[in-house]
Amino acid sequence: MPSTTLEYTRESVQAAVSTGRSRDRNSKSLIFLILLWTSLFFGIMVLLVLIVSTAIDGAGRFDSALITKYDSTLFPERTGFRAGILGTLWLMATTAVMAVPLGIAAAVYLEEFADGTRWYNRIIELNLQNLAAVPSIVYGLLAVAVMAVIGFQRKGIVLGGAIALALLILPVIIITTREAIRAVPNDIRFGSLALGATPLQTTWRQTLPSSIPGIATGTILGLSRAIGEAAPLLLIGIAGAVRFDPTGPLSPVTALPIQIYSTTSQSQEAYQQAAAAAIIVLLVLVLALNGLAIFIRNKFQREW
Amino acid sequence: MSDSPSAASGPPSGAGLTRASMNLARKPRRLETFVKVLLLGSALLSVLITFGIILALIEPVLHFLGQVSFGEFFATEGRYAVVPLIGGTLMTTFIALLVAVPLGLGAAMYLSEYASKRARKTLKPTVELLAGVPSVVYGFFALSFVTPTLLQDILNVDVGFTNALAAGLVLGVMIIPTIASLSEDALSAVPQAMRQGSLAMGANRMQTTLRVVLPAALSGVAAAVVLGMSRAIGETMIVALAAGGQKNLSLDPREGMQTMTGFIAQTAGGENPVGSVDYNMLFAVGLLLFLITLLINAVSIAFVRRYRQAY
Repeated sequence: MPSTTLEYTRESVQAAVSTGRSRDRNSKSLIFLILLWTSLFFGIMVLLVLIVSTAIDGAGRFDSALITKYDSTLFPERTGFRAGILGTLWLMATTAVMAVPLGIAAAVYLEEFADGTRWYNRIIELNLQNLAAVPSIVYGLLAVAVMAVIGFQRKGIVLGGAIALALLILPVIIITTREAIRAVPNDIRFGSLALGATPLQTTWRQTLPSSIPGIATGTILGLSRAIGEAAPLLLIGIAGAVRFDPTGPLSPVTALPIQIYSTTSQSQEAYQQAAAAAIIVLLVLVLALNGLAIFIRNKFQREW
Repeated sequence: MSDSPSAASGPPSGAGLTRASMNLARKPRRLETFVKVLLLGSALLSVLITFGIILALIEPVLHFLGQVSFGEFFATEGRYAVVPLIGGTLMTTFIALLVAVPLGLGAAMYLSEYASKRARKTLKPTVELLAGVPSVVYGFFALSFVTPTLLQDILNVDVGFTNALAAGLVLGVMIIPTIASLSEDALSAVPQAMRQGSLAMGANRMQTTLRVVLPAALSGVAAAVVLGMSRAIGETMIVALAAGGQKNLSLDPREGMQTMTGFIAQTAGGENPVGSVDYNMLFAVGLLLFLITLLINAVSIAFVRRYRQAY
C-alpha cells in the first residue's frame, strides 16, 4: 500500500516496531506482556467459569418442566419458568414498539436536521450522554411516576415494565442509530437533493434505508440489554410469583430475570438448581440476540 | 457494544449542506415542517425524561423530609439512616475498581499497543461480551461460586453467605469491559508520531506504552475509570443478591453490608404502601443515587473533552 511520508498507518508503525523487536526481549518487557495477556484473558476466563459452573449447578433441571410449567411452591423440584419466559417476550415486544420509533426519530432529528450550534440542541446532546449513565434502577422509579401520571393504579403489568425498559434503552438506540446515519456518506444525500428530492424525501428514501443494518444492530443490542434487566422491573412491582400467561399489555406479568432473582433468594437446594438452569436459558437468549446483531452487522453493513 | 455516553459526542452533525439547500427552496412545505417538528419532539423527549426523573424523585422526597428529619436521614445508624448504605456502596465500588482498573487497563494496553488489527477485531467484542451478561446472572454467580468455592474453599477467607467482598469482585468483572473499551479508544487516539518518537529514542514497546502513550491518554483513561465507577455504584442485582440485606457501617469487606441500590431493590420488593415513610425513603435514596451518578458522569465528560482537545 502506498503511503505518504506524513501519514503513518498503524501497520507501518507496527512494521517499524517489529524491526526493533530485539529491544522487547528483556525479562521486564516479557513480564509486562504476560501481565497484559493475563488481564485480557481474565474476563474471558471468568465468563467460561460462570457458564460452566452454572451449567453444572443446573444440570439436573434441563427438562421440559423448566419452560412449560409455572413456578411451584409445593414441588420445588418441578418449578418452571413458563410465566417468566412468556412475560419477557411480551415485555420485549412492547418495549420495542415504544422505544424503536422514538429512538430512530430522535436520532434522525439530531443527525439530519439539528443545528449543532443552537443551545437547545447542545442541551439534548449533553442530556443524552448523561441519560446513558443513569443507573437502571432510577428508570424504574421514573416509570413508577409515569404510571401514576397516566393513571394506572395496578402494579406489575406489562405496560409499566415496558415503559421502564423503553426509557432505559432509548439512549442506547439513539446513540447507535446516530452512528449508523452518520456513516452514510454525504454524496448520497447530495445526489438525492440534486435530483430535486426534498430533505425529508432524501432522509426517508436514501439515508434511512442505507442505515437500516446499523439501526437494526443497535436496536437488538438495546433489547439484549433490556432482556436481562431486573432492577427497574422490581420497582414497577413485577414479582416472581405469577402463575398464568400474560394476555395483553395490561395483564400482570413476571419476567425471566425477576423469576431468577426470586428463585435464587429461596434457600432450598431445588430452587437454586432451577435458578441455575433458568440462567442458562436467559444466557442463551442474550447470546442469541448478540449473535444476531453481529450477524446483521457483518452480513448487511455496507462499506462505502 | 457502543453504549458509552462518549459515543454521543461525535463531530457536529453533517446537516450543514442540507440546510443550505433548504434555504434555496422558495415555498415552505407544510409536511416537511410538520415531520421536522415531530422529530424534534422525539429528541426533546430525552430532555423530558431527565426532568421527569427529577420531578418523579423530588415529590416523594419532599414528603419524606416532612416525615423524617435531615439529621435522621444522614445519620450513621437508625431506621432511616443513609450513611451505612453509602458506606456499603463505597466498599463494593472500591473493591470493584481494585479489580477492574488494572485488568481493564491491561486489556486496553494490549489491544491498543500490541494486538494486530485482526486480533483486535475479534478480541474487543469478546471482552465486551462480559458487559452483556445480565446482572442477575452475576449475582447468582457471586452467591453460588465466588463466595462458597473461590473465597471459602480455595482462598480460605472467613466470609458469610453474603459479603461485600464477593459482590465487589463480581462487580469488578462486570465493569472490566467499560474500562477496557473506553481506555482502548483513548490509547488508540494518541498520535503515532509520539510512539515513533519514543521508539526512535531507543525505548522499547513497554517503555513507550507506559511512559509515552499512557500519560498522553491519561484523561481519556480517567474518564473510562470514572464511568466504570458510576456503573458500579448504580448496579443493583449483584449487590441485592450477594452483598447482604442488613445495614452495616464497617470497614471489613468480609461482612455483609447493604448498598444504596440494594436497599432500593429490597424495599421495592417488599409490600410498602404508597406514601409510607419507607416508600418515600426509597425515592430519597434514589435521588441521592441519581445525583451522585450525575456528578460522576459530569466529571467523566469533562475528562473526555480534555483529551479530545489535546489532539
